Parts: sequence; C-alpha cells; structure tokens
Amino acid sequence: MSTERKNSPVMLDVKDITVAYGAITAVKGLTLSVREGEIVTLIGSNGAGKSTTLRTISGLLHPKNGSIEFKGEVISGKPGHEIVKLGICQSPEGRRIFPRMTVDENLDLGAFLRKDTAGIKESREQVLDLFPRLRERITQRAGTMSGGEQQMLAVARAMMGQPKLLILDEPSMGLAPVLVDLIFETIQKIREQGTTILLVEQNALAALRIADYAYVLESGHLKLEGNAKQLSTDPAIAKAYLGG
Amino acid sequence: MASTTASAPRASVNVGKLLTRVSMLMLGIVVVYWLGRNLISSPAQFFTVGITGLSNGALYALIALGYTLVYGIIELINFAHGDLFMLGAVFSYFFLTKFLAAEGGSARNYGLLALTLVIAMAFCATINVVIERLAYRRLRDAPKLAPLITAVGMSFILQFIGLKWNGSAPRNFTTILPNTSFEFQGVVVPYTALIVVSLTIPLLVILVTLVNKTRQGRAMRATAQDKDAARLMGIDVNKTISFTFALGGAMAGAAGLMFAQSYGTVAYNLGFQLGLIAFTSAVLGGVGNLNGAVLGGFLIGLIQGFNDGLPFGPGQKWSQTMVFTILILLMVYRPAGLLGKATTEKV
Repeated sequence: MSTERKNSPVMLDVKDITVAYGAITAVKGLTLSVREGEIVTLIGSNGAGKSTTLRTISGLLHPKNGSIEFKGEVISGKPGHEIVKLGICQSPEGRRIFPRMTVDENLDLGAFLRKDTAGIKESREQVLDLFPRLRERITQRAGTMSGGEQQMLAVARAMMGQPKLLILDEPSMGLAPVLVDLIFETIQKIREQGTTILLVEQNALAALRIADYAYVLESGHLKLEGNAKQLSTDPAIAKAYLGG
Repeated sequence: MASTTASAPRASVNVGKLLTRVSMLMLGIVVVYWLGRNLISSPAQFFTVGITGLSNGALYALIALGYTLVYGIIELINFAHGDLFMLGAVFSYFFLTKFLAAEGGSARNYGLLALTLVIAMAFCATINVVIERLAYRRLRDAPKLAPLITAVGMSFILQFIGLKWNGSAPRNFTTILPNTSFEFQGVVVPYTALIVVSLTIPLLVILVTLVNKTRQGRAMRATAQDKDAARLMGIDVNKTISFTFALGGAMAGAAGLMFAQSYGTVAYNLGFQLGLIAFTSAVLGGVGNLNGAVLGGFLIGLIQGFNDGLPFGPGQKWSQTMVFTILILLMVYRPAGLLGKATTEKV
C-alpha cells in the first residue's frame, strides 16, 4: 500500500493508544498522524473505534496506554478544556449542540476561550457566510431546528474556536443528499482557508474523495492506511468498506 | 418528558382533561373566594399577613435557589442545602452577636451587619464548594442513587456540626434589626420584613443577571445542558460546577443571616423544616429554573402567610397541609412545575 503523503510537519501524533470503557477495550494500539494542511479521514464500520479515538484526542476520554502529541506537546491526560486551548476543536458525534440556547448563543460558546472581540465577529460572519441557513435562524432555539441545520451549527460552532485542527465526527450523519454535498464542499473550503482537518465518516467514499490520507479501522485495530485517492480506487477496499 | 395523557387510552383523554379543567377551576374559585372574603372583611389584616408572607417567601426563595442551581447543573437534589442555611444562621449568630458583640441597632452595628452578610455568604459558599469537591464530584458518573444518599448523609453531618456548635437548645439573642413595626393605613409593617425584602431583591437580580448575561453564566448553562459538549467548547466543567455550588451557598448564607436577624433565634435543626419548604418552592416553580425558584418561594410564603394569619380560613395548624396539598395538586397536573418546561428536543 502506498504511503506517499504531504511533506508538511506532523501536527497530531497518536502513538499506540489503547482506550477502554471499563472492561471493554474500544481501541487497541492505534497509531496515526495528521500533518499540517491535510484532510485525514478515519473510516471503518460501526463500532470500529472511530468516535472513541476522536473523543480521546479531545480529552473526553483518556488512553490506558500510549500517548497523543499535538505540535510536539503531549496532550493525552490533559482535561478537555485545555486541549481546546491548544487549538483542537471538535464537532462531536450526534451534534451535541446546546438545545435550549439560540443559534447565536451556541456560536458564542464556540468562541468561549477567545478574547478578541473583533476576531470573533469576523469568524461569526465567516461561518454564517458558509452556512447562510444559520443566519436565517440566528435567534431560534437550536433544539427546535431540523437535524441538518443542527449539524451545520455543530460544524460552525467548532469553527468559531478558530482551530488549528478541526475534528469532525460524522458531519453528514442523517443529512439529505443535497446537504451532504454541501457539507463536503464546506469541509474543502475550510481546509483551503488553512485549517487542518481530521474527519470521521460513515460515507467512506465521499470522505476518501476529499481526503489526502486515510486510516481504516476494524474493531479497534488499524487495518490499513494510505493515500486516500489510491484507497478509493482499490477494489479490495471498495468491496469491504465502500459497499462496492 | 412525556405528556401525562400521552399513554392514556383515547376515550378517557377528553374526560381526564375535562376533569382537570373542572377541578382546577373549582380550586381557583375556592382560593379567590377565600382571599376575596378576607380582603373585603379585613383589608388591613390581609395586607399585614401578606407582608409577613412576602418576607418569609424571600428567605424561601434564597434557599430554593441553592437547590435549583445545583439540580440544574448536576441533577442532584442536594439534601444538605437546608442544613447549610442553618450553619449560615448559626455562624452569623456566633460571628455577629457573640464575637463582634453587636446587639441592638446602632450605626456601628449596622455596619457590622453588612460586613457579616458578606462573610456569611463567603462562609457558606466555601462549605458548599468543599462538600461538592469532597463528596459529590467523584460520584458524578455514579448511579443517581449514590450521590442522593451521600447528600442525605451530608445533611446529617452538617446538622451534627450545628448541634456541636450551637448546642441542642435554640439560642435566643437581641437582634440588630428592630423587632418593632410601623403602621400605614392600619397595615402593620415590621421593619425586619422591609429589610429582608429589600436585601433579597437585589441579590436575586444579581444572581439572575449573572447566570443569564455573563460569560461565567453562559458556561454554567452550557454545562447544565451537556457537559461533554461544554468541555469541547473549552469550558472547565469542574470549575463551573464549583462556581455554581459557591453561588447557591452564598444565597444560603445570606438567608441564614437574615433569618437569625429576623427571628432572634438559631437552632441546629432549622435546616430541616426550612430546607423542606424551600425545596418545595423549587419544585413548585420548576426545579432547575431560577425564576421558578423565586416565584415558588414567594408563593409558598404568601400561602403560609394568608393561611396562618387570615381570620377566615383553616388557620395555622393547617399550614403545612395547605402548602403540600397545593404542591401535590400542581405536581399531578403540571409535573414540570409552574415555570418548568417539558422540553422536546430533537435527537
């Protein structure tokens, strides 16, 4: 399998992590990395450990073994809010927007750690330009919006933190096909604006199309990795993971 | 939360709804008749007891806020909260009356009273933060029953501290606030009621503004709705929960001082009765809802006041019965409380 990839410095370095929920081990000895400016995707079937990996990177879970480094600094073991401070923002699985707050308040919370009022305003305009639908709903309670709108809000909220690394967990989950295309286009736009992206997707084919590099997980293990374009054309992969 | 009629068979839905309407209407008529008759026959007394009710209601509201803040953020009924209020009352007696020897209303003593208000608030805030840190934090992910029982245990511990500190008998003392009153158009207004209400209202306004308008308040509301999502925003969830306990504790401390200075007595078992009533206020208003706790507190204060003091009515012996009958009726027909919303959220 080809391992050719971008020559930029490694941003996120996950080294041999094992993560368990009580007695159940969800991720076993996983190693992966994300380089600056890349879109890296993590694919695999349900229960492969994708979301667990992302939650561990964001500090909501802590690895039993192994370590995670971000820009050379060890972050495994740090509490979640400190990891956000370093520039890792996540749009989590299941959206997890604040349902009893307005769209505006949700966006404000995305920028919770930022103090630059002018910059926050600018980011707000930027994400509202990306998702004009949210501008229409700006004073609406987030919990009363449709699933697609909530998903856009979750991505927009994560972007409000001006992340160096943006983690997206199933951003196309439950969306109408038109919106799925929109989300994937948006992800590429975000990268063009200079943000590195780690993406978990059920829609593996679409993810491989926009990604530079991909990791395939199977029941908590790394099954294989490689250049995303090549993986997407590999017939064995297509058969096993892409429903081809 | 499912609506109460959702699972009932179709045919009985309308009958049930009709019955609810009719019984609520009848209850309303009885209450209006009761209050109206008293208002017409003895208006001065009506307002006099109303003012007493408001003053007690202010104390209930302050304590109820502590229950509702903590419930709102970690879904725990903090049974120790009433006893925290008691410690606030005992502390202010020992600090103000014994240590600072402030008895009777001189200018110096009013200054010391203001100082004690701040110190009592800080005292109870600290205790509440320590309780959360030592007892509740490590049980945050445990089954709900574990922190609940811990809270009951904490209540006994605080009560025992109060017993050791204050002794088993109530202590009576001379307050700084005058226990006299003035008359206005036949309505008797105790000075203490005036002071309690005018101290409580700014505290309530500050608290509600803090929660709704500030960055820290935003962190509290986010933490209450979804702790993991709050972490992903960069919110320090532990610190935010500590801050919430501090706020609730501060309100209990203020209530403790005001109680001690209104009644001139403190006892180690104050927390049980008042805590229960305040908890009831929080539930009546919709637990987890700040405005609801305040509304519930004032409502129960007024109900008690009217019931105890009006010439035509069931009288003081029925005070608790009245309060809890109203609570039960409300819970049956509006389980989320007066201002609580049965939220429907999309998943």
